[in-house]
Amino acid sequence: MLVMSASFVGFGSMLHDANWSVWEALYSTLSTWALPGQIAMAEMAYSGAPLLAIVLAVGFINARLLPLVASLLPHVRRADVPTWKYYAVAMLVAATSWVGTMRRLPDLGQDQRLHYLTGYGLALYLATPFATVIGYYLAGQVPQPITLALVFLNPLYFMLLFLFDLHQAAKVLSLLFGATLGPWLYLYIPNWSLIVTGLVGGTAAWWLARTPWLQKAQLHLHDKARPDE
Amino acid sequence: MNDAMLYSPILVITLAALSTYAARAAGAFLSGRISTQSPVIDWITCVTYALLAGLVVRMIWLPLGALAATPDWVRLCSAATGLLVFFIARKSVGFGVLSGTLMLIALTW
Repeated sequence: MLVMSASFVGFGSMLHDANWSVWEALYSTLSTWALPGQIAMAEMAYSGAPLLAIVLAVGFINARLLPLVASLLPHVRRADVPTWKYYAVAMLVAATSWVGTMRRLPDLGQDQRLHYLTGYGLALYLATPFATVIGYYLAGQVPQPITLALVFLNPLYFMLLFLFDLHQAAKVLSLLFGATLGPWLYLYIPNWSLIVTGLVGGTAAWWLARTPWLQKAQLHLHDKARPDE
Repeated sequence: MNDAMLYSPILVITLAALSTYAARAAGAFLSGRISTQSPVIDWITCVTYALLAGLVVRMIWLPLGALAATPDWVRLCSAATGLLVFFIARKSVGFGVLSGTLMLIALTW
């Protein structure tokens, strides 16, 4: 939760640096509430990418929320709760609330789980607008090196998050292809580089990881990884 | 945003929010009806990973805004410090981020 708030502080600072208003920063946090997409949006808007490119990129980035919601809801489902409430609680599902709720599921009865997800998700959701505004105003007040550090926080944070879990060949390849293609394509097709990077790098990684020789290598990797876990 | 942005910020934020909520609503609709370990979902994960990896490296190496005024070696050195501490501290994301940002402050002070 601390790191999550810190990264919304960083987002606020980033939007201050890019001359958005504090209301726009707040509106983005409250309406989207999925930081990687918000950052991509701000970066692409700053570099002058067309609206369609931004919406597609944010859509691809946040498509990962689909399996998160789809895998979590069956665990919290109750017969007496109307369907529309699940569409509301889906807004509170993001990476942090998903991990936090999934971890506590075994300790909770079926009737408590939806309450837990709602409470935990809402606590996280309500902390983020404060973090965004704090970051926004910090960026204007503190010495320039600290402002720079606040803006630098998110790329560093996401880089380390990616390196946290590298057991699957498909993910490792996606990161390698994306990290190589991304900056290089940006020099030639800045507006569409992210979407092309994702589609080309991601599809190549996905396809390669399905070839038999890599699946064998992956099994080997898992056997090796097991004693540490 | 800079002068290159010709559309309204509220419009781009709203469309980004809608495309995000669409994924959540689709997840709610499909929950219990699809397996979350299908090849299609694996493909989505790969596309997201590649896209974000490209964005992260670009933000460190070719940043926009105020960070663009810092020398490349300062950003690369700070990222490397974060990386080193992350692995030394047994993959602690918190310590990694803290040390990397502190290094950036030290180098730009």
